[in-house]
Amino acid sequence: MRNIHKTFPGVRALQGVDFTLCKGEIHALMGENGAGKSTLIKVLTGVYEKNEGEIYLDGLEKPAVIKSPQDAQNLGISTVYQEITLCPNLTVAENMYIGRGSAKITNWKKMNEDADQILTNLGIPAKASQQLSDCSIAIQQMVAIARAVDMDCKVLILDEPTSSLDESEVEKLFGLMRDLRARGVGIIFVTHFLDQVYEVCDKITVLRDGQLVGEYVIEDLPRVKLVAKMLGKELDDMEEIKDDNQVYKGDDEYVFEAEQLQSDAGIRPFDFHIKKGEVNGFTGLLGSGRSECVRAIFCADRVTGGNVKMKGRPVKLAKPLDAMKNGIAYLPEDRKIDGIVGDLSVRDNLILAAQVLRGFFQPFSRAEANKFADEYIKLLEIKTASADTPIKSLSGGNQQKVILGRWLLTHPEYLILDEPTRGIDIGTKIEIQKLVLKLASEGMSVTFISSETDEMLRTCSRLVVMRDRKVVGELSGEDLTQGKVMETIAGGEAS
Amino acid sequence: MTKKKMVFASRQIFIPIAALLLLALFNLAVDPSFFKITLGRNSAGDPVLTGYLMTILDYGSEVAILAIGMTLVTAACGGQDISVGAAVAIAGSVILRVLVGIGGDGTLQAPIIVGFLAACVVAMLFGAFNGVLVAIFNIQPMVATLILYTAGRSIAAWINNNELPIVTDKTFTYFGGFIPGIPIPTPFFLAVICIAITLLALRFTTLGLYTQAVGINASSSRLNGLNPVFIKWLSFVILGLCVAVVGLIKTSRLSTINYSVIAKDIEMDAILAVALGGNVLSGGKFNIMASIVGAYVIQFLTTTLYKFNVSSDALPAYKAVVVILLVVLSAPAIKDKLMGMVKKQKGVG
Repeated sequence: MRNIHKTFPGVRALQGVDFTLCKGEIHALMGENGAGKSTLIKVLTGVYEKNEGEIYLDGLEKPAVIKSPQDAQNLGISTVYQEITLCPNLTVAENMYIGRGSAKITNWKKMNEDADQILTNLGIPAKASQQLSDCSIAIQQMVAIARAVDMDCKVLILDEPTSSLDESEVEKLFGLMRDLRARGVGIIFVTHFLDQVYEVCDKITVLRDGQLVGEYVIEDLPRVKLVAKMLGKELDDMEEIKDDNQVYKGDDEYVFEAEQLQSDAGIRPFDFHIKKGEVNGFTGLLGSGRSECVRAIFCADRVTGGNVKMKGRPVKLAKPLDAMKNGIAYLPEDRKIDGIVGDLSVRDNLILAAQVLRGFFQPFSRAEANKFADEYIKLLEIKTASADTPIKSLSGGNQQKVILGRWLLTHPEYLILDEPTRGIDIGTKIEIQKLVLKLASEGMSVTFISSETDEMLRTCSRLVVMRDRKVVGELSGEDLTQGKVMETIAGGEAS
Repeated sequence: MTKKKMVFASRQIFIPIAALLLLALFNLAVDPSFFKITLGRNSAGDPVLTGYLMTILDYGSEVAILAIGMTLVTAACGGQDISVGAAVAIAGSVILRVLVGIGGDGTLQAPIIVGFLAACVVAMLFGAFNGVLVAIFNIQPMVATLILYTAGRSIAAWINNNELPIVTDKTFTYFGGFIPGIPIPTPFFLAVICIAITLLALRFTTLGLYTQAVGINASSSRLNGLNPVFIKWLSFVILGLCVAVVGLIKTSRLSTINYSVIAKDIEMDAILAVALGGNVLSGGKFNIMASIVGAYVIQFLTTTLYKFNVSSDALPAYKAVVVILLVVLSAPAIKDKLMGMVKKQKGVG
């Protein structure tokens, strides 16, 4: 791809970006949210039309014409997106052959045999006749890749494929990627996980603000430098945060206490408390029940038992509105499903929770809403064309900032952040972590959940450890080390 | 920023207004007498304005009133209520039952307002029934309202013991006709009142924001403290209120009721009005004014076709052709293409 330009109304998303992918390499495409990664990929796959520039394939002199995703597919460019775009109610084999105009779909027996052949070839542990929804997300993703491989793809684009996988699943996926690399497929790998880049990639291309920063061979670019390139400044922000670690243990006053709290989401009853100005967190593997715990606190799931006290006073919380009225705010794990209201503007998304608290008959005036919107767009440095822009057209990190702003606008005493940094770039991650600590220093209590343990160690002064849907330990002070956390999660102490 | 907003709003309302102008131009070209309005006197000797435009204003208002409720239901639930016509029959039947009663001699046995309020209560109850099916039991709106669509007219007949009560009191005819001394049809005023109340409600409550939020993402709305079930249910109750008003107009026009014909297929016109207004039929963002303009466009079309002596049997077919054109033109894919073409033209020129 040479000299690619793409402009959207009000934004120049790509300005003269070059990108080269060789046969049989895994090439990481890195950059902050809004750097232009997705746009570049969408241009390559024909979702967007470029304003300027050329795309060359196979070293041909003539530029390739890619005007629709169909064109891209015919040229051997396939994409596997973060969200699975297959049909969960069909079988694995049907998913592999559907929509390809092949006659196979009418011959079930042959179709299943062929599909099984490909799956075994690639070492994917799935059966052709299995219903796709019975497979784990990782397998579903691999099926999508298998489909691409069978279509003779030369360029495979993986857009954030690992964000909803656990470690062993990621390993499996990497195995498949290496295998494909050996077969000569060029892979473009978009991710936010630095570790994964260094584990599996050969080259890195860094974008920033729609411009090319550079292309690097992986050995030549140490991690710190990569982060610096992405952010565009030499920063050791990570270190900065670490130093502040011990401060946020909170006062003596309990803001929230729960005793034997239980919900219908299948977690064991648990006890929990948080003090004023404290930052703590739930940790554990994916599916250990950490999200379910905070959902129970906010009444996002149906609470089936237990006692709750706010500032020492017993309260009855039955639905999210009750929790909100008691000064609890909850930033949900799944931004798309539980967070944003996609078609509404950034402004409406910002004021939503505060508006609900204020009441049905007291709508914010246009001026008030605009004031809030301007204030929070500035405060959180949300990148948006205007407050009227539908939130769904923002990048993931900026959407998350809007949702964060929504809850800050309700002036909560107790803020729960469930995976606030998932799928967003490192710069925004650091901003959010800093913000959490700043809020805590101003007296807000924060519960912070993240899949990345260092992030939790950096921000939290106390960690509740979960395993198999129950609380198995609590760590604070000296025990807050990576090793100790792992040990507790794995259950080393218990035996 | 406000200017941008206006441009955006005008874009959604652009389609129905353009359709309205197109129809008007067509009539102007073919027969300008379409626009003639004459001041005459009706049988009671009161001054009335007559003409095709008055007919449109008169009958379009029924659809416009229903389009208000239908827009809200569409936005909140992502589906449509097809039982509206049957519910109008029920509301009308209740009015007659309260005003005249079974076996009555046609004189009023209760003030008209009491009859109307009774109809409001009953229509809202039936709306609530639909709302429970959709909001609590999560049945698709069209399927859920199919029940009342099928049963409604029988229920209406049963309310009056299958009799056809006739109201002889003259004041009752005002609602579907003319108030003495005012030459403009009353349904238009009723529509204006309904629209005004709706706009005030949207301005001074958060109904609009809540409805859109629930329609776009119910799960997220719940976590923001909203009650999506209640808001979906509420939209059906509001539609019930609109139904009661139309029930009053419809029975007032005839001074009686014909259970199988009254408000027949009006739900389709109301749904079309919502679609013509550029509202997404799968829920979410809405624009009430665009729906209302859409309602009058549909009546404009019907009246135009009547004027060309299209028989009432063939009418739906002709209407369908025009509607296909309008809806295809307002489909996002085509709209984007057209916008692109306009832009290109501008770029060249």
